[in-house]
Amino acid sequence: MTRVLAISSTGGHWVQLLRLMPAWDGCEVHYACTSPDHEARLRAVAAARGQQVASFTAVTDANRWAKARLVRQLLEVGALLLKVRPDVVITTGASAGYFAIRAGRLLGARTCWLDSIANGEELSLSGARAGPHADLFLTQWPEVARPDGPQFKGSVL
Amino acid sequence: MIFLTVGTQEPFDRLVRAVDEWAGAHDVPVFGQLGRLEADSYLPRHFPFESFISADEFQERLEDSRLMVGHAGMGSIISALTYGKPLLMMARRASLGEHRNEHQLATAARFAGRPGLHVADEAAQVGALIDRLLAQGAGTAGGTQLSPHASPELIGAVRDFIAGK
Repeated sequence: MTRVLAISSTGGHWVQLLRLMPAWDGCEVHYACTSPDHEARLRAVAAARGQQVASFTAVTDANRWAKARLVRQLLEVGALLLKVRPDVVITTGASAGYFAIRAGRLLGARTCWLDSIANGEELSLSGARAGPHADLFLTQWPEVARPDGPQFKGSVL
Repeated sequence: MIFLTVGTQEPFDRLVRAVDEWAGAHDVPVFGQLGRLEADSYLPRHFPFESFISADEFQERLEDSRLMVGHAGMGSIISALTYGKPLLMMARRASLGEHRNEHQLATAARFAGRPGLHVADEAAQVGALIDRLLAQGAGTAGGTQLSPHASPELIGAVRDFIAGK
């Protein structure tokens, strides 16, 4: 069974990530988010779809202006990847997703970055940095797509 | 009930103050989720609020509301569309220290005019827009309810990727 890690920060990123849920029907799916808040609802939504939640992990919330937390988040995401050893990493951002893409790649996982639908004029900063390391690099706006990536293949709305 | 939510990061005093001024002059209950408040953050005097609420409470508050008022974040937009609630949004501005960049202005511009999504360009417009949206009634002001999932094209692309196709 394909082992998938679905990871993002909380808020809009997480809402967008869960809208992809049907894409991993039949997989062993591990989730991670920067807020512990979402676990109960995630489990309910997954159960309603007949999916299992293999695990849910809350990691430290951080952004590029909070360097100490960023380091902690990097270590936590790295440890999670070592533990789960996913075949595939899917993320909608932001920094936690970036770390998961980089660590996943090092460990041989296939990686997908879906840039947030909030970025309709240009890629997010984390997307611009993570994209070149992702096997599948997607934007949700045709205007942002480029021949050498990101590609546009629809949106979460 | 009006549900005000400004996301999980910085406070958004400009919007909170505008809604508070409106609430002081109207007899409509408001609840606010105001984010990580700071010592000098504006605190509403006319409605109850929390910094953060659970995902379950968020959903309940939204379902019970006639109107959602929020910052121009994708979480607000998708939530409003998912539950078919009208959303009045105002963009955070990096130039006013409300966010790290100006992407909410772009988000607001892109989604303005979709059914159920309304934009206040300035705090001074917020009160009048709340009045107008409430007058339209929940039944007609709401957006069309959204499918809970991404577009079939995107789901298919990610599914094929996972399958290694």
